[in-house]
Amino acid sequence: MRTLLKVLAVLLLLAGCSAPGHREGGPVTLRFQSLAWQQESVAANRELVEEWNATHTDVKVEYVQGSWDSVHDQLLTSFEGGEAPDVVHDASDDLADFAYGGYLADLRGLLPGRLKSDIPSSSWGTATFGTGVYGVPFLQEPRVLIANSDRLRAAKVRIPTPGHPWSWEEFRQVARRLSGPGRYGVAWPLKEPVSATLNLSLSAGGRLFHRDADGKTVVRFTDGDAVVPRTLHDQVAVDHSAPASTLGSGGADTLPGFFAGRYAMVPLGFSYRQQIVQQAPEGFHWEVLPAPAGAAGLIQGVSPQTLSVSADCPHKKEAVAFIDFLLRPRNMVRLALGDWMLPTGTRALKDPALHTTKYGWATGTALAARLRPAPAQSVRGYPEWKDKVATPAYQEYYSGAIGLAELRSRLEDDGNLVLARYQR
Amino acid sequence: MRPRRAARAGQYAALLAYLVFLAFPLLWLLSTALKSPRELGSLHPAWIPRHPTLANVRQAFDEQPLAHAALNSLLVAVATAVVAVVIATPTAYVMARQRTRLARAATGWVVVSQAFPFVLVIIPLFLVLKGLRLIDSLTGLVLVYVVWALPFALWMLTGHVRAVPAELEEAAAVDGAGRVRTLVSVTAPLLAPGIAATALFAFVTAWNEFFFALVLLKSPGKQTLPVVLTHFIGAEGVADLGPLAAAAFLATLPSVAVFALLQRRITGGLLAGAVKS
Repeated sequence: MRTLLKVLAVLLLLAGCSAPGHREGGPVTLRFQSLAWQQESVAANRELVEEWNATHTDVKVEYVQGSWDSVHDQLLTSFEGGEAPDVVHDASDDLADFAYGGYLADLRGLLPGRLKSDIPSSSWGTATFGTGVYGVPFLQEPRVLIANSDRLRAAKVRIPTPGHPWSWEEFRQVARRLSGPGRYGVAWPLKEPVSATLNLSLSAGGRLFHRDADGKTVVRFTDGDAVVPRTLHDQVAVDHSAPASTLGSGGADTLPGFFAGRYAMVPLGFSYRQQIVQQAPEGFHWEVLPAPAGAAGLIQGVSPQTLSVSADCPHKKEAVAFIDFLLRPRNMVRLALGDWMLPTGTRALKDPALHTTKYGWATGTALAARLRPAPAQSVRGYPEWKDKVATPAYQEYYSGAIGLAELRSRLEDDGNLVLARYQR
Repeated sequence: MRPRRAARAGQYAALLAYLVFLAFPLLWLLSTALKSPRELGSLHPAWIPRHPTLANVRQAFDEQPLAHAALNSLLVAVATAVVAVVIATPTAYVMARQRTRLARAATGWVVVSQAFPFVLVIIPLFLVLKGLRLIDSLTGLVLVYVVWALPFALWMLTGHVRAVPAELEEAAAVDGAGRVRTLVSVTAPLLAPGIAATALFAFVTAWNEFFFALVLLKSPGKQTLPVVLTHFIGAEGVADLGPLAAAAFLATLPSVAVFALLQRRITGGLLAGAVKS
């Protein structure tokens, strides 16, 4: 027993160290929690932190590796306990709770003019909640069609460009032409059907969430909201140009079928190109096409990655200065290339590295000006509406279990009951 | 004779099938860890990698501080197992042997405490640990794990204590052994398998635990293995599959080793005295 206790004491002594925290009277220490996870992206973030530390001896930045998995719970607990990182990396669709909960600093008045004017107002809109700005949107990715070039050429279909994209109807016809026995024109990975549908529906004029006369948000399923869901539904259930089996899959799950020629096109986030470059078999030819356009053109919704400052951070000015450094045009390009995404900054978007045709960079960059805030991300009650009403409703509609009228009824009737609880 | 042989063959076949069922995830993890990105993107995955590579292992160690995280996990898991056993053994003995209201209340607490999910306790727990200055400290994490493992450890050990006949202790007392002597020479050896099983349970619980470690540890140098493994997972669940599989496979090995080490003790103890020699 005595030996056991000795071992335990040694272990606990070895284990028990306390966090460095902020040093008083000396240089300021900021903790920057980054969610970068791909090798190049982690390297870019770490390099930038090192560069900052080398040139700013009075403000030291400590790099903390976070994870997209469970980031919301982890941040919420840290905020509640007053132990949150000073600079927080997240995505705009995750910020609403934190912004309304008073956990994040309102950055108006802190942001330098350069940064404010460099990022377009449509991007700032993704991090604006109420009247405050609670994050700096810096990386974004449109949904694009990753296509098997050989199949497109063999079917002799018109290749769409950002200047002359396919309409949703044309896309449906092309998918039919690319289909055959055991082969599908398109595979829709719809593990998250709500965000995919809502973001793409902006192109057809669908907004779903509207403000009524007394300022309350209500769900109204208009003709514009029906275009994308109907196209997807009909591709699966009527044309059989899309398999039902991928509807519950994540994007990466469709890649083996894409490489094997089973699917000619896969709608994916722009950053999936990195995986395709790594995994595509030799001799496999692929290209990036813009998503189809509707009555509103090529626009689509996005939830950019953001950098925010914790409300409890005692050195907000220094934290914003660090964000400004990270998001200088050249640095923003480094971060974008590391994550295979697009920067939000207009100057960064002009960088030649983002205009090469290699790996479809030019196509994605051409779409940047058409990206808008994802619908509803700032609507209170949206997460509950999404989980309890919209996700099952869209899943059942796409699988053919319910029709469009029932989908509309559920999104509007059940959905407005949920939203009403948050707007009393 | 033939039916017996057939029955034996059937038993072995069933055992083999069960082993394959149990080993499948581990073998698949190993197979994935040894495949190149191209092979991972194949529509028809093969069990045996066509071009086995250790690139994923190298990448996993290059990208993340796996060895340091494993050391943190080991410290936390061993400390948890030791503290849990030290607290649970005497407590379980009292709960099993004393039929008092307090013992019954303690048993009730054990059952009730199993009903609380992580998310319900994490924020109050965080605030308590913050008050004790134990946030971002492996000591704090050990404390949490011990508290978390104790109810089940107590429940397990109470059962083991009850299985030791009280008559044996009475016989020792009749032979002149004192209380301490009886506990050390008679009860403790019979409880050894139970203590080993409890230690194993506490070790594996602490080794695998993710959520508390994610929330309570801030400094990169203190993160445990399950937290570091999530760094291979990106937004929308996209994963760097090869390095993740390599790191996850290596992360399972200590658990397997500890189990192999203690397994003989558990079964040996259970069978001790079953037959006359």
